[in-house]
Amino acid sequence: MMADRRWRWFHRLGSPPHVYSLAGRLAPWLGWIALILLLAGVVWGLVFAPPDYEQGDGFRIIYVHVPSAWLSLFVYTAMAVACAVGLIWRMKVAFAAAIAMAPLGAMFTFLSLATGSIWGQPMWGTWWAWDPRLTSQLILLFLYLGFIALNRAFPEQQTGDRASALLGVVGVVNVPIIHFSVDWWHSLHQPATIAQFGPPAIDTAMLIPLLITAVGFKLYFLWLLCLQLRSELLYRERRASWVKAEAGKIST
Amino acid sequence: MSEFFYMDGFAVWVWSAFGVTAVAMIFTAVGVLRRHRGQLRQIAQRHGETSPNEPRD
Amino acid sequence: MRSVIAASLARECLLAVRQLSDLATPLLFFILVGLLFVLGLEPSPEILAEVGPGVIWVAALLASLLGAERLFRADLESGALELQALGSEPLTLSIIGKLLAHWLVTGLPLILLSPLLALMLGLPQAALPPLLAALILGTPVLTVLCALGAALTVSLRSSGTLLALVVLPLTVPVLIFGSRVAMEAGQGGAAEGGMLWLGALCALAASLGPPAVAVAVRISLE
Repeated sequence: MMADRRWRWFHRLGSPPHVYSLAGRLAPWLGWIALILLLAGVVWGLVFAPPDYEQGDGFRIIYVHVPSAWLSLFVYTAMAVACAVGLIWRMKVAFAAAIAMAPLGAMFTFLSLATGSIWGQPMWGTWWAWDPRLTSQLILLFLYLGFIALNRAFPEQQTGDRASALLGVVGVVNVPIIHFSVDWWHSLHQPATIAQFGPPAIDTAMLIPLLITAVGFKLYFLWLLCLQLRSELLYRERRASWVKAEAGKIST
Repeated sequence: MSEFFYMDGFAVWVWSAFGVTAVAMIFTAVGVLRRHRGQLRQIAQRHGETSPNEPRD
Repeated sequence: MRSVIAASLARECLLAVRQLSDLATPLLFFILVGLLFVLGLEPSPEILAEVGPGVIWVAALLASLLGAERLFRADLESGALELQALGSEPLTLSIIGKLLAHWLVTGLPLILLSPLLALMLGLPQAALPPLLAALILGTPVLTVLCALGAALTVSLRSSGTLLALVVLPLTVPVLIFGSRVAMEAGQGGAAEGGMLWLGALCALAASLGPPAVAVAVRISLE
């Protein structure tokens, strides 16, 4: 009985109407807080944070690059967890969540690549230096794209969900190995003449806005995840009775 | 003020990095919101009738 | 348990021998990719010796991908796959046999042919033993990953490009460790680190691979 009650929240997460309305209630809060934090973090980072003594104001790219890089890995991990939950407990909502996350994760991966490359240009004198982190991010982008392509390839939604879920789980086992191997490749490939960017021994005055933007990015992701998940559930459950009940609420 | 936009000579890079991020995040948000609205509208239209299939977005 | 694996292994090998042309295509492709690289690059010995191991690994990767596409197709169409999945014996066991057979008929010939490609690319003598050892450890990983992708996409009508998109990013570590081992050896360096990592990947693929492929097959059968 105790165990039953303790796991009730988990069972309720398996119910599409419950998750649909929960996401609907959370979304506006997440969206507005994300907007406030993003604006605050960006203004703080651009205006009030002191310039770096080596890179001057160039380091300010950190406030968009690092949060998107963190988030790209976080989203992939979360997606793989959703995939595993879906495969193990045959939870439809988990599959919907995984495919709702994938394009968002791909977007953050792309952003970390784009801003990293822009940051690299003044530092390395070239847009692309086969920096190990950028290289791993590029492979991560392909992992995301493969996941999305596999999910969409099947005429049966369920088969696509389960096939891509297995790919996601295999992928998350591979991500650390890929990161390590690319690091190793780079360390043999050339001596560390290329400066590594990222937050090495960063000053507190620089760190606070970074943390604010990082939380802002994460809430922005959660906000869009809620909306994506709602769209996905409405589409997948379009023949279910609860969606018809929802339709009644909308039209009145 | 102009010093702020000059960014210590890193203006091009700093502003393009922030610009790319802003554009990508706003585009994604608009796309997600539009899809969400579209789904809601479709569900509302289908209320009471049953059409066999409709486009995804 | 062993008899299930052996029966599956024997069956697959027999089928492969009957379809020799299917067997030969990836091997010809392997050599052809090497040839194309040489023609695309400059055929000077220094450049070739430097990029050689990488070229051999990329060629091996593409050849195993090509060979894997039809791995489950015939069995799915004939219904044999479904029988195996519904049978009383665990599907993982017959998958182990199938993977072993697939490695024997595609991976092993690739390894045997690679000295030829190494010769074409003018690889230094010292690089050959590490290259072969790395291929012996690395091709099973490639077999498992390609089989996983093939099992996931087998029910799709045209799966070629999707298979590549799904599988190739996962093979990056094998490519890196494998070609580095041979490259380091060619330049007189030590290659133990990469070799150990390849061994670890091989063990990981051998232990987790067959159950994962079995899950993928079950998903495709649904």
